[in-house]
Amino acid sequence: MSAELELANHPTQAQEQETKTKPKTGAEVFIEALKDQDVDIIFGYPGGAVLPLYDALYRNPIKHILARHEQGAIHAAEGYARVTGRPGVVIATSGPGATNLVTGITDAMMDSLPLVVFTGQVATTVVGTDAFQEADIVGITQPITKHNYQIKDVQDVPRIIKEAFHIANTGRKGPVVVDFPKNIANAIFDSEAYVDEPINLPGYQPTLRPNYLQIKKAVELLKTAKKPIILAGAGVLAADAKQEFNEFIERHNFPVVNTLLGLGTIDNDHANFYGMAGMHGTYASNMGISEADVLLNIGARFDDRLTGNLSKFAPNATVIHIDVDPAEIGKNVPTDVPIVSDAKEALKALLKQDFDTADFSEWTTQLNDWRTQYPYWYEEDEQGVLLPQQVLAAVNELTNGEAIVTTDVGQHQMFAAQYFSFKKDHRWVTSGGLGTMGFGFPAAIGAQFAFPDEQVIAVVGDAGFQMTLQELGLLQEFNLPVKVIMLNNACLGMVRQWQQSFYDERYSSSLMPVQPDFLKLAEAYDVKGFIIDDPATAKAQLQEALDYDGPVLVDCRVKQLELVTPMVAPGAGLAEMIGVEKE
Amino acid sequence: MKRIITVTVINQSGVLNRVTGLLMKRQFNIESITVGHTEQPGISKMTFIVNVEDEGKIEQLVKQLSKQIDVIKVNDITDKSTVIRELALIKVVAPPNLRGEINSIVDPFRGQVIDIGKNVVTYQVVGSPEKIDAFIELVKPYGIKELTRTGVTAFVRDSQLQQKTQLSLLQ
Repeated sequence: MSAELELANHPTQAQEQETKTKPKTGAEVFIEALKDQDVDIIFGYPGGAVLPLYDALYRNPIKHILARHEQGAIHAAEGYARVTGRPGVVIATSGPGATNLVTGITDAMMDSLPLVVFTGQVATTVVGTDAFQEADIVGITQPITKHNYQIKDVQDVPRIIKEAFHIANTGRKGPVVVDFPKNIANAIFDSEAYVDEPINLPGYQPTLRPNYLQIKKAVELLKTAKKPIILAGAGVLAADAKQEFNEFIERHNFPVVNTLLGLGTIDNDHANFYGMAGMHGTYASNMGISEADVLLNIGARFDDRLTGNLSKFAPNATVIHIDVDPAEIGKNVPTDVPIVSDAKEALKALLKQDFDTADFSEWTTQLNDWRTQYPYWYEEDEQGVLLPQQVLAAVNELTNGEAIVTTDVGQHQMFAAQYFSFKKDHRWVTSGGLGTMGFGFPAAIGAQFAFPDEQVIAVVGDAGFQMTLQELGLLQEFNLPVKVIMLNNACLGMVRQWQQSFYDERYSSSLMPVQPDFLKLAEAYDVKGFIIDDPATAKAQLQEALDYDGPVLVDCRVKQLELVTPMVAPGAGLAEMIGVEKE
Repeated sequence: MKRIITVTVINQSGVLNRVTGLLMKRQFNIESITVGHTEQPGISKMTFIVNVEDEGKIEQLVKQLSKQIDVIKVNDITDKSTVIRELALIKVVAPPNLRGEINSIVDPFRGQVIDIGKNVVTYQVVGSPEKIDAFIELVKPYGIKELTRTGVTAFVRDSQLQQKTQLSLLQ
């Protein structure tokens, strides 16, 4: 940021004095409410209906990041929320600004990310008249938000903002939209008439502590289990319960598998960790679930990509499910012991129970055998074409599993989940539930703003990257040292894979033979570009790219026909994986 | 199976939309829905009848509704001893010479004449949905010009005859 800009953004004492005595507008109250919530960064994009809000943001210490598209702004806020555990804050204008956020809001809803999204709205006097840039964003976002508001009275501004942050960041976290009509932002707030009351939401009382009797029941099952398995999901991370989780696992020596979003709950090199379960998970984890007699699910929602065919899911297991959202329990998988609780509180309660387990060493031996016998595998290309797995294995080695890694959805996402070996929590930022292309790159930007000194790597495909690459402008503007590792297979990898496997190789609209010159594109944005296409030199080049002080785009020319293996085919059970071994 | 669900909500704009939208999203079929104020200011109550396949579905419905911020309480009162009422307005073709005959049907149902035209009479009937169905069947042969029903509103009786299992959130 230039010195001039710095100056413009900071109020002088006289100006501050002036704002104290002047009657406050809704927009100014909005800024104060954000400060009360310790908001230090907003991702957004201005427009007509939010001009008053942006005017109040001017000369204000809250940092505003001007994305190049609203979708970029909201994915950046999601990335920020994922790595910090704090709500990401977004502003967009009414109409198209607001509708451009819809994908990000849905993504945050599916992956339980806390967001507070402010959308501009036309003046309440013209709402409902199809005014310029009017969209019914409250109606549109009703099914994709944890809650939403339209502010109808300036006196409600502080209360609604306080409630919005509370709802977004407690219980099962999620996005809250606050629709802010322009005339409300301009209206004069009556400070004297306003009484700051504590939050009163009789319909929102999330159960955070577990029922003692249910914990007892769970312990009884875990005590006698001969083949226990623990499935940990993102709920453990959202509750910041990594420490309690690991203590619990180590005390009883339980085997652990993760969901895609749960990666990071345990050091991936831990002896008790058997990998990610589900469609492209490890053989050991999927067999572990399939053969277990007690399955303890902590903070995972039994998503269909995890369970495969439900009728074949964990057929021998008594299921214990800990979830802060009661609606997730029993939704997909019949549950024997439901425990409605925050993961951290439930784990604390479990840790208080002093119990010994049965001897399940045979089971552990079996799991260990599966793990050693059937690891993720790939075959080097005979013609020496670079493989995506080679790239990611090298990046993982070079970053020692400590970098923040973001992805879109698809082949590169699965390869990243397989080949990165996370040591810490809150390092893995991926679009799991919604599976959003174009998520990874802006999410990396949000993560980098949250932690300027951390290594942030955006693993993207060439197709997904082209959906939100306009945010290269942010790398240029802030010289953000995000490293974009683009696995370029000149196609939509996962679509192509399914067409190869299930549609007799009819590659309908999934190939992208015409690509931009990514080096030139990088150059246009003052981003350092690399092309990597040789497995022999890949690691050294990646080292150079990662060591570069500044933003980097690496165009990795990888094998087009590579498949993600192993796989649970659609309709199959977890125990019916294909591609488990080299042929 | 049909279930009667009552939902106590904070009376805010959009809350009806949220509840019905949720039912639509989760593929529940609403048979009838009524909304109105309660004895508490700012609190409204919805009563709706849904058709569901099994108990798992209805449990999911209750849980999803309970998750809504503006929803205070959700009850499945199907298995309870309840008071259930619905109102119907029925415009029947009733030339003067047939009115006596039609009235003899109306009387046992304690229906009321609300409006009389040259050739049509509008009746009001209040009762359980089954009673209204029966009434409609009986006047159908005379010719129904127009028919409107309010949908069911209900609550639990003060004294319960027997305690039946109810789906609970936490079990």
